[in-house]
This record gives sequence, C-alpha cells and structure tokens, in this order.
Amino acid sequence: MSRLTLLFWQLMVAVVALSLWQFFATVPVFGRMLLPPFFFSTPVDVASQIYKWFATGVIWKHLMITLWESVLAFVIGSVGGVLVGFWFARQPRVAAVFDPYVKMMNALPRVVLAPIFALWLGLGIWSKVALGVTLVFFIVFFNVYQGVKEVSTTVLDNGRMLGMSERQLTRHVYWPSALSWMFSSLHTAVGFAVVGAVVGEYLGSAAGLGYLIQQAEGVFDVGAVFAGMFVLSAFVILIDFGVTLVERRLLVWRPAPVARD
Amino acid sequence: MADIVEPVAVALDNATVAFRVAGDRVYTAVERASLSVAHGEFVAIVGPTGCGKSTLLNVAAGLLKPAAGAVRIFDQPLNGLNRDAGYLFQADALFPWKTAIDNVAIGLEIKGAPRAMALERAQGWLTSVGLGAFGTRYPHMLSGGQRKRVGLAQVLIRDPKILLMDEPFGPLDAQTRQIMGNLLLELWTADRKAVLFVTHDLEEAIALADRVVIMSAGPGARIIGDWKVALPRPRDISEVRMEKQFHELHREIWSVLKDEVMKGYAQSSQAAEAS
Repeated sequence: MSRLTLLFWQLMVAVVALSLWQFFATVPVFGRMLLPPFFFSTPVDVASQIYKWFATGVIWKHLMITLWESVLAFVIGSVGGVLVGFWFARQPRVAAVFDPYVKMMNALPRVVLAPIFALWLGLGIWSKVALGVTLVFFIVFFNVYQGVKEVSTTVLDNGRMLGMSERQLTRHVYWPSALSWMFSSLHTAVGFAVVGAVVGEYLGSAAGLGYLIQQAEGVFDVGAVFAGMFVLSAFVILIDFGVTLVERRLLVWRPAPVARD
Repeated sequence: MADIVEPVAVALDNATVAFRVAGDRVYTAVERASLSVAHGEFVAIVGPTGCGKSTLLNVAAGLLKPAAGAVRIFDQPLNGLNRDAGYLFQADALFPWKTAIDNVAIGLEIKGAPRAMALERAQGWLTSVGLGAFGTRYPHMLSGGQRKRVGLAQVLIRDPKILLMDEPFGPLDAQTRQIMGNLLLELWTADRKAVLFVTHDLEEAIALADRVVIMSAGPGARIIGDWKVALPRPRDISEVRMEKQFHELHREIWSVLKDEVMKGYAQSSQAAEAS
C-alpha cells in the first residue's frame, strides 16, 4: 500500500466512524434514538466545544498545567529510577534487603495513593506530580536495574583487559548500558507520567485536562467530556512524537530499540 | 648462532582449572597443563570443541585463577589481571554505544592520554586495519569482519607485549578469515609480540603459527602434543597451504588430533543424550 492510499483508508475509518456516530445520534431509527445525545453527544457538538476552548483560549491554561505536571513527574521519576536502579544493580546486598518492599510498593495500584498525596501535598500540582513519580519511577527503575545486570560479560571482560578500573567500568560500560535501557522505556514512562497527572487532576484539583473532564462530567456535559478526551489523545500523541525524536537522536548506536514495561 | 636466552612471555606450569558445578561436584576443565610462549613467538592452541582452550587463555589473561599450578608472565608470578596482555575475544566485545574510532581510542583515554592525541592514534590504527573511512560508524553498522578489525585495532593501540586471541576469526566466513589472517601476520611482523592463538581449525593454526600445541578432549584436558612449524616467513595464508611441508605437518598433527576430536564428539553426544 502506498503512503497516499494508506492515508486515505486511515481517514476513511475516521469519517465512517464519525458519520455513523452523527447519524445514530440525530436520526431516530424505528422511532428510537440509538445513541441518545444526552449520553453520547454528537461529533458536531464535540468539535464545536473543542473549537470554543481553543478560540477563547481557556484550554491553554489547562494544557500547560497538565504538561508541566507530566514533565516534572517524568524528570523526577526518571532521575530517581536511574539512580536507585543503578545503585541496587551494583550493590546486590542492598537490592536483596529492599527486594520485598520494592515488590510490595510496585504491586500496589498507584491510584489509591492519590487521596494520600492530596492530603499531604494539597490540591496543587505537587500531589499530581507525586502520583506520576510513583508510576514513572518503577518503570525506569526496573529497566535500569535489568540493564546494568545484563551487561554482556564479554564487554565487561574486554573493558577490564583494556585496563579499566572499576570507576572507568562504571563510566564507560555500566552507565551507558543503564541509560540505553532507560531510553528504551521512555515511551512507557512518558505515557505513565501523563496518566499520573490526569488521574490526579481527575480525583481532585483546580486546573488541568483531568479537571476539565471531571467538571464536564459533574454537569452531565457529555460533549465536553468527549472533547476533553480528544484533546488529551492529541496531547499524548504530540508528546510521544517528541520522545521519538529524542530517542532517535540518543540511540543512534542501537540497531533496534526494544521496549520493556 | 649465539645463544640468547629469550625471555618467556607466558609460562603455565602444571596449571589445573576446575569449576564448581551444581553443588559439590567439581568439573576439571584443564589438568596439569604446561606451556610456554617465548617473547615474539606465535603459538596456536588447537583442540576439539569444548576442550578448555579458551579456559587456558583466560588463565593466561588473569580472568581465571588456576586451582593448582603457576602462571608466570615475563618471569613474574601473575596476580590478578595480566596487564601486559591484549585480549581479542571470540564474541563481540566492542562497546556498542561507542563509534569505531571511540572504541579504538578508549584504550589510550583510560590511561589518561589527551583525547585529541588518542583520536589521532586511533585513526592511524583504523587505517592500518583498513577501516580508515569507518571511524564514525557504530559497531552494529559494521560487518562481522569489520568488527573484528576494530577489535584488533582496539587491542593493538595499547601496544601489549602479549596478544591473546580466542578463536577471533571463528564466526567469519572462509574468505574473510584468510584476509584477517594475513592482516594479523602483517601487523605481527611489524613488532613481534608473543601471541597465544586459540582455534579449532588446524589449517589456520599451521598457516599462522611458529608452534602448534594440541589439547586432548575434555574434561581434564591435557596438552598432548607440540609441533614446530618451520614454514618460512613472511607467509601468505592461502599460498602456504599449497606447500608440501604444510601437508606433511598437517597429516602428522591430524593423526593425533583426529582421535581427540572423535572422543570429544562422542562425549558431547553422550552428554546430549543423558540430559
């Protein structure tokens, strides 16, 4: 399939889906509305809601808040995950001692932490950042831990035979290996940073995309709920595109990055 | 000719290597192996698959400690890693996150050489292994043979007195092996280092080395033969194989090696059936 044909069919899927939605939400079939607009809204209403948000500029403030929370969660969670993952991998005894607690914390569904964070950190951005950090941290942590553990013994022996000290091995072998594993989990980690931010906003906040959706739901404005979801999807796709660009630049030496989560 | 006592670069004296496997069982890989490599001498070790050739090389490198026996490097007992040796591994050992030139330069950089100087020397070495234009490539962008060339440059830039090579050309195709063999001989002729070269290919061993050492099948592999290769140098790997002397030596060594290869083969198929 050529690029153009592919694009055509991809567009067709959207057109057909939206048309069906619009049709069944406005035209009664056998005297009954299959998609009552009260519950399902209509594509036209959703589009006009999105347009209104951008035209009035209301959306920018919420987007910026969510973006800022995601970025903070991602950066703090990644830095923590890299440092702790690296430390544990190089100190097997420390890792063995903490192992059951790490497993326990990772087993906990993070959403239940949101009320606690709201209590501790208030309704501002930091409770959302904290929720995102707990998600991002573990993904990066496990990847880096694995990456350092699985450094090829041949490459390590080669480093030693070339005369590297333990410190030089850390710098030239363990560290690049750990970072490459971190970058291969980048997409998942960024995704979870956004999830943390939005879920946190949804459960209690005064701004952000999650807040917008939650508010709309509170007044049964289904059109605005859908509008919020569309904006959120576009937002994540944009961020993911940015991540792909960064990854391409940083992982030139890798034949094919394999992600783990 | 005056008797000049050449210093012995590598001397293994009754070295025994054992591994602990599954609890209390001990697997003896190499038993009482004695071997010496003179300064500037090219010695090839040949033996059946899994006989512990690489184990012996790791002992000489200091990566493995023998359970009994002694290792002496230039008449000094070896403690820890062998700092006089460069090691060319069988598997890919380049740093995948470094470009070819950085892979070569690293050997000097970790010794504290200024980066500009290290890069300049690395470029020189890349050129002498025929990869002058490939410095900016990462290992995965190079072919298997090219990676071996980078590996060779990476080891040689440190100018080690001893070169340990573990089936370095094993994974390469026949033509590339010959080219690499000739390249190795050419570089070795320039400043004769002591070389300990492990291979399972007897022809390659005879074509390259001054001496061919044969190991028996494992476990408890021993050194069972030692032949001098009197073929004149400089040699061309593909041409030297045509010579009568080469064939006679090959036949002689093969008659000993063949039994060991069959033994090793029988053992590995038994082991496969047992498991």
